[in-house]
Amino acid sequence: MVYEAGKLDIAVIGAGHAGIEAALAAARLGCHTAVFTINMDAVGNCPCNPSIGGTAKGHLVREIDALGGEMGKTADACTLQSRMLNLGKGPAVHSLRAQIDRNQYARVMKHKLELCPNLEMKQAEVVDIRRDAEEWVLTTRLGAQYGCRAVILATGTFLGGRIFVGDVSYDGGPDGMFPATELAGALKRLGIALRRFKTGTPARVLRSSIDFSDLEVQYGDEPVTPFSFDTETPPENKCVCHVSWTNARTKEVILQNIHRSPLYGGMIEGVGPRYCPSIEDKIVRFSEKPRHQLFIEPCGAETEEMYLQGMSSSLPEDVQIAFYRTIKGLEHVQIMRSAYAIEYDCCDPLQLTSTLEFRAFPGLYGAGQFNGSSGYEEAAAQGFVAGVNAALKLLGREPLILDRASSYIGTLIDDLITKGVSDPYRMMTSRSEYRLVLRQDNADERLTPIGRRLGLISDARWAKFEKKQAQKAAEIQRAEKTVLPPSQALNDILVSRETSPVTTGVRLAELLRRPQLSYQNLAPVDSTRPDYPREIFESVETALKYEGYIKRQLQDIAEMRRLEKRLLPPDVDYTQIAGLRLEAREKLSRVRPENIGQAGRISGVSPADISVLLIWLAARDGHGEPQS
Amino acid sequence: MKTIAAISTAAAPGGIGVIRISGDAARAVGDRVFRAVSGEALRDAAGYTCRFGYVADESGARLDECIATVFAAPKSFTGEDVVELSCHGGLFILKSVLQAVFAAGAAPAAPGEFTRRAFLNGKMDLAQAEAVMGLISAQGREAMKAAQAGHDGALSRRIATIRNDLTDIGAHLAAWADYPDDDIPQVNETMLKDRLSAGRRSLEALLDSFDGGRVLREGVETVIAGKPNAGKSTLMNLLAGCERSIVTELAGTTRDVVEETVLLGDIPLRLADTAGIRETEDRVEKIGVQIALDRVKTAQFVLAVFDASEALNDDDRAMIEAIGDTPCVAVVNKSDLPAAIDMAEIEAHFAQVVTISALSGDGLSALAEAAAQVLRTAALNPNDGILYTERQRADVKAALDCLTEAQDALQGGMTWDAVTVSLEGAVAALNELTGERVSDAVVDRVFEKFCVGK
Repeated sequence: MVYEAGKLDIAVIGAGHAGIEAALAAARLGCHTAVFTINMDAVGNCPCNPSIGGTAKGHLVREIDALGGEMGKTADACTLQSRMLNLGKGPAVHSLRAQIDRNQYARVMKHKLELCPNLEMKQAEVVDIRRDAEEWVLTTRLGAQYGCRAVILATGTFLGGRIFVGDVSYDGGPDGMFPATELAGALKRLGIALRRFKTGTPARVLRSSIDFSDLEVQYGDEPVTPFSFDTETPPENKCVCHVSWTNARTKEVILQNIHRSPLYGGMIEGVGPRYCPSIEDKIVRFSEKPRHQLFIEPCGAETEEMYLQGMSSSLPEDVQIAFYRTIKGLEHVQIMRSAYAIEYDCCDPLQLTSTLEFRAFPGLYGAGQFNGSSGYEEAAAQGFVAGVNAALKLLGREPLILDRASSYIGTLIDDLITKGVSDPYRMMTSRSEYRLVLRQDNADERLTPIGRRLGLISDARWAKFEKKQAQKAAEIQRAEKTVLPPSQALNDILVSRETSPVTTGVRLAELLRRPQLSYQNLAPVDSTRPDYPREIFESVETALKYEGYIKRQLQDIAEMRRLEKRLLPPDVDYTQIAGLRLEAREKLSRVRPENIGQAGRISGVSPADISVLLIWLAARDGHGEPQS
Repeated sequence: MKTIAAISTAAAPGGIGVIRISGDAARAVGDRVFRAVSGEALRDAAGYTCRFGYVADESGARLDECIATVFAAPKSFTGEDVVELSCHGGLFILKSVLQAVFAAGAAPAAPGEFTRRAFLNGKMDLAQAEAVMGLISAQGREAMKAAQAGHDGALSRRIATIRNDLTDIGAHLAAWADYPDDDIPQVNETMLKDRLSAGRRSLEALLDSFDGGRVLREGVETVIAGKPNAGKSTLMNLLAGCERSIVTELAGTTRDVVEETVLLGDIPLRLADTAGIRETEDRVEKIGVQIALDRVKTAQFVLAVFDASEALNDDDRAMIEAIGDTPCVAVVNKSDLPAAIDMAEIEAHFAQVVTISALSGDGLSALAEAAAQVLRTAALNPNDGILYTERQRADVKAALDCLTEAQDALQGGMTWDAVTVSLEGAVAALNELTGERVSDAVVDRVFEKFCVGK
């Protein structure tokens, strides 16, 4: 039996990190939105590590926040411990990571969705999706039928999920949830190309079964830097993490049982992430390494479950117990939840455009692991962009297209839709060629004006933003104008910092450009310094110190944007363009880049092919003879 | 596209000269100028066949005997229908035939246009196209060898070696930045500096190869200077005589000066306005001392001729001063006469001094070696892969600048995120050169070489 359950502007399938941002953004922009979840207790779940952020991922969280998304604020509210990673390695790679209380995080997120106007939450498994003349029609397992103007697929590891623990395998979602078993078939019937990816997670163990006495302790930063530009009172560190190592015995146990791994036994067909290898993978692939590191992290403030970061595995349960117990501190460890691998269906993101809409299916969007990415933050970023774009399209507004030079979010999406993925995609700072410009400290400067135009930044937050930008500008001016006399006090500082002393007055900005000097060092001689928040001085110092590099990257960006403006018509027949190499023809036909800039980033498309495309475009526009 | 034609062999007197016609109307144009002995028309000829006959102009006047070869699209150099007319050579005859071909409907090919069409029709990649351009304009044997090495990928291999090492460093730095909590070998600053320096040295050597490579390929604008009776015209005759076959006379369409190319060792010397020198020594004097000195200043290469049998005079010294930093070999002539010249003074001014007898030819090979030193072609092994084009040079220069920047950042105490950006800039520039895009090379290498991840 099916019944008409009503009309929706936007349906979001899945309420993980992608679905949450998609649903909130769409509803906040005024669209009647519903989010579907297989289990209401899975909303905002963190089925893998109990942390948000990390290298490049911290950038993503700050960018989502700068645009008006939710992840950063909720992470701040649930922080157990926080660290700014890579201090000392340079501002481009500073990244925030927080251990969070995963239960609290899920509760807070669910509550935010519940409170959001225009947003409905439904516990239901979507079993069918089809296109009617006018709309998308979703059917749930219980027979409810919804007519939707747009649908966002944010199915995570639920879609066709299958669990592997040793030789045991069964259909299942993450964290013991039911999988979505029928939706994948419906998507295939639509003509969407799906593939199998896999990921894995380590065991959760009981805190009191661990001997911490001999383990290295890892503390949080004091004071903590919050994720959100909105958070007024920074969170506090409430707990510590610990570090341990595997050893020769661990290796021995794992290698003795490697034939019982579903991956090495050939049972898993899905492609796993290169950056997130299981411990058995690490031991086999890097056999020369005598030991591997692991982190012991708390799952929450009100639970004794501990997460063993670095130790994901799909070995049988008995082998897991045996090898975990070879590790120092874990000799008597009690496993509460076993490690497992999960295989799932996802799409080939080359089918998507930069708004994350399917090129062939207007009104249908993908986000998160469904698009071949991995990670909560990558998912949330795409969810936000898909939700915003689905809404903007219904509202008849211009789409939100973030290019590579705007953000890590733009880089992530551009990578997905132009390069495709061969394993689950993780964000890294090395993926951004513009990383000296795309820093976590200036995410608001880069993106909050965009969030404001979208209508997702409140007046109060906008006022705060403008004040901060004004303070930055004023401080840069002050630094450029303030001349410090060549006093003994100044020269003492310069000599102590191993940089050359001065004999004449010197501008504050000039001193700050020296790598050896910081605002902090110069405080005693900088008498006119205003009372601004710490982050103002940090941003200004970075802007001054890296000025030359930033200028050059801005030139690169201008060049990149020039090529992005050379649009390629969506219906180009690449097989008919003389001069394109065969591989380029195939790749271009498959990826269908929106512009020359994107075309140039496709692997298999050479600069020579780009020259041919440019000549072809010029000829087509009447600046020469046609090429074919 | 228009059907185009040009003389596609070197514009030099030789055994056979070839006129290439390419385009949809190539056979039709061919049929208008070519009469096969067998009476067959080129339009009916299969690809890769040839016909013997003769070429005639519009009036039907027979110009030369000829073999016409037909290549059918797309299996030709340009990917289009091509007809090649092989005539008996001789610039005058070839030019007459070409005029007839134009009159029959072909348009003159722009420089490099055959190659451009080959490239556009997918017959070659950019690096190959550029190597072929180099091949076409190769004026000396070495340039020919170097261009062939480019076609075979010697340059690409040389670049790949440098790029591979830079990618390794980049991957290590990326792993270090992206996996701060992972157990990654420390990046050692000394090692980093050493490898950046090594990368720079390799790139600098490549850049040197460009200057030398260009000399071999394009020749070098050369002035033979010297006071009256030093032996300029004798030297000129010696050079011109030693390999008569490649002396060319291009009554240029774009320039009025008569230019003559002679080979000195492997280096083509382009002697500007040599007519003046060769006619009579008197006429050179009429040019006036000032003009002669000006030409020395603007030349790419100077052969400064001194008379060994006389002491240096004011004319000699004025010339030495005018030469300044211009690449130059001092040629002390008339070694067959008793020496009166102060060799020490000459050696004080010139790094390369050669004693010859232009009359007998003694010392000519030493002169060639000295020129190779000065023009940096001596150390060049064309089989190693050298840079041919401005584009390639610009890419290598960009990569070198990036590495210099990375080194400066490291030296100046900047954080390593700045170093990595410069380093990746260098890798990107080298990829641009070989026409590859491996933008994810660094990321891929991280996962290949380091055990990272939770």
